[in-house]
Amino acid sequence: MTIAKTGEAGLLKSGRIFRRQIFIPIAALLALVLFNLITDPSFFEINYSLNSAGDPVLSGYLITILDNASELAILAIGMTLVTAASGGQDISVGAAIAISGSVILRVLCGDNPRPDEMQASILTAFLVSCVVSMLFGAFNGTLVAYFNIQPMIATLILYTAGRSIAAWINNNRLPIISDPSFGYFGSFLPGIPIPTPIFIAVICMIIIALVLKFTTLGLYTQAVGINPHSAKLNGINPAFIKFITYVIMGLCVAVAGFIKVTRFSTINYSVVALDIEMDAILAVALGGNALSGGKFSMASSILGAYVIQFLTTTLFKFNVSSSALPAYKAVVVIILVVLSAPAVREKLGKFWKSIQHARTGKEAA
Amino acid sequence: MQKDSVLEMRGIYKTFYSVKALQNVDFTLREGEIHALMGENGAGKSTLIKVLTGVYSKDAGQVFLKGHEGPISIKSPEEAQKAGISTVYQEITLCPNLTVAENMYIGRSKGILTNWHKMNASADKILESLGIPAKAEQQLGSCSIAVQQMVAIARAVDMECKVLILDEPTSSLDESEVAKLFRLMLDLKARGVGIIFVTHFLDQVYEVCDRITVLRDGQLVGEYAIENLPRVELVSKMLGKDLDDLSEIKSGDEEAKIGSEIVYEADELSSVAARYPFHFSIHKGEVNGFTGLLGSGRSECVRAIFGADKVTGGKVRIDGKDIHIKKPRDAMKHGIGYLPEDRKRDGIVGDLSVRDNIILALQVMEGFFGPISKAKAEKFADEYIKLLEIKTASTDTPIKSLSGGNQQKVILARWLLTNPQYLILDEPTRGIDIGTKIEIQKLVLKLAGEGKSVTFISSEIDEMLRTCSRLIVMRDGKEVGELSGSDLTQSKVMSTIAGGAR
Repeated sequence: MTIAKTGEAGLLKSGRIFRRQIFIPIAALLALVLFNLITDPSFFEINYSLNSAGDPVLSGYLITILDNASELAILAIGMTLVTAASGGQDISVGAAIAISGSVILRVLCGDNPRPDEMQASILTAFLVSCVVSMLFGAFNGTLVAYFNIQPMIATLILYTAGRSIAAWINNNRLPIISDPSFGYFGSFLPGIPIPTPIFIAVICMIIIALVLKFTTLGLYTQAVGINPHSAKLNGINPAFIKFITYVIMGLCVAVAGFIKVTRFSTINYSVVALDIEMDAILAVALGGNALSGGKFSMASSILGAYVIQFLTTTLFKFNVSSSALPAYKAVVVIILVVLSAPAVREKLGKFWKSIQHARTGKEAA
Repeated sequence: MQKDSVLEMRGIYKTFYSVKALQNVDFTLREGEIHALMGENGAGKSTLIKVLTGVYSKDAGQVFLKGHEGPISIKSPEEAQKAGISTVYQEITLCPNLTVAENMYIGRSKGILTNWHKMNASADKILESLGIPAKAEQQLGSCSIAVQQMVAIARAVDMECKVLILDEPTSSLDESEVAKLFRLMLDLKARGVGIIFVTHFLDQVYEVCDRITVLRDGQLVGEYAIENLPRVELVSKMLGKDLDDLSEIKSGDEEAKIGSEIVYEADELSSVAARYPFHFSIHKGEVNGFTGLLGSGRSECVRAIFGADKVTGGKVRIDGKDIHIKKPRDAMKHGIGYLPEDRKRDGIVGDLSVRDNIILALQVMEGFFGPISKAKAEKFADEYIKLLEIKTASTDTPIKSLSGGNQQKVILARWLLTNPQYLILDEPTRGIDIGTKIEIQKLVLKLAGEGKSVTFISSEIDEMLRTCSRLIVMRDGKEVGELSGSDLTQSKVMSTIAGGAR
């Protein structure tokens, strides 16, 4: 215990903490928390009240953040792996979410866009959407891994075509599911006061944590991202590893798409999950991961996703209109990205060290 | 600052990841001298140069340069260049698709307009005055590597450098090219340029240098005039110990230990890179080698054995059983390990820790669903760091921050950990210091003594002669001879490589 304590103290004293990857998202989160504490402590209030369905639920900004960040956190998982292995990003995830959502609705509705009852079980619809999304992921992965096309260019195809494909799947109609049980997944399960998407995100995190612990996916993706030649000579198949990360990305898209459609019980092909790929990439970058691939920290990426949502919600609270939101966000992002640059972190570490030195010098005197 | 010196570095300190790369190092360069900077890998040569050229910032110390009052601080390579310190690196850093003149003047034009005619004319003048066989309008890529290197030097010279740093400029040159480079260096020396020459080749040091500064483990061992430091002493100063007698490595009776059973045998094996089918076999406990000039196809052969390139034909037997090796994983499953020729490109996984680099191959063999626990990986890493005396701050240190020789040891550890029955080592001693070279050679013989088979490739024939009991000689992609027993002499190998007729 004492060893751990001195270890942490040493970490702070030597300034090494600034070089830890997870430092940036944590610092950003703390800054946002501090800002809200100063401006309006009520930001952190959590209420326990009845919702329109008469069920007791938790509400408040913190709950909103955790709830709304779910899709982003799930996408950040896939984006981190894709980035690590292929050294590029999948920019088609927003469009792919439109497809996966559209598939779910199509399976549930059949030919009638406003069915009185669902034509299939929700589980079936979800599984079909998983398969479809993974196939689209496999399409991206094939282009990147086997045809050596730059990830951004390869995924640009689906980015461009995805929303049209989504509309086409439902013959350009807007299906609406009236069965309330469908909406449970996007809001609250009866009797449980915590929004369901939070549970789904947590389950995804647990799964990826287990996968990283009990398989060599982490080591392989990093090795392939850093040096594919060397990885190959050590018996790894770099193309297949790249390919598989895009398939995993597809699975993440399916889960995120499922949350998105269950929130509204319908879909708007042209705006659902619009620009979410940029936020997902940003989450990876905020986590201090190199966008050129290689080493990654999954926890930092996921935390990055929550920081972005925290920021968005904070800005909304200050009545920043949704059209002006990106501009404000950009300012904060610039600061965060500059801070997370290794050169700056190194300097910060040194600066901290010199302060510590000066202080211990004074104490000694 | 002394009167005749152009550069003085005093009390330089630099630390990385708690590794003391430089400790209180002094360095003095005089006007018109060629000064060799010597030391083993990891001694701090590159770090000292990078501090001087502003790539790294120093932790402490002072740098004085002629023509500047007081200590100067150089924060970037551009500043170094402006101050008159130019560097030519081992790898050419020019643009092969531009012309010679463009390469010489790139990034130096004052306005936005370029007078091409004038630029070409003045480039030709410099090239001529330095005796460089290149034309200003020629595309750089069409020149030989040596000429490209000289163009890089010409560029540096034209920028009125006072200090020219040549970092391993000769490692990719043949003998006549080296001679040309030396003429150029002597010419510059006569003009009063101070040259810092970093190299691994002792012969070259004694051919052109005036003075030697030796570093060891980040500390200054001393500065010597060349005539006061015989080779043997230089080597012992670099190693910090008396050199083992190299000829004693081979015990002489290892041939008796070679078992009769053939571990690996290939018939008519060929790959996309090794176009001519070849026959190859190795016995239990044998050390054999492929030799030949660079590009003679020796690496291509061993890559075909390991399945590193796409195999196009042939039969392979391991322990007498027919098997198929299509990819590295297949070879690994059958107990073959391969240390590749190009350590940076094919060997290390730069950003990963020493620990992850060591366990990588074993991990792949254990399979996707059998990750090695961190504690176990730590144990393996510690074991091999100790066994091979790898110098690293910790098992968590990224491998790219280790010196070349230590990186090579990590790759070696990676394969030893998989406990292969047949190990292929392609140029394991390239670009590493003498001490480590000897250690690796000893290790090869020790492995053979344990009943493992090793195929060893090296550009240095005497190294092969010391370790191998059988040599396969390659020329132009084909096997042209096999030598063993009393035929294993330098002259016999040379004449076989060259082709007996000449």
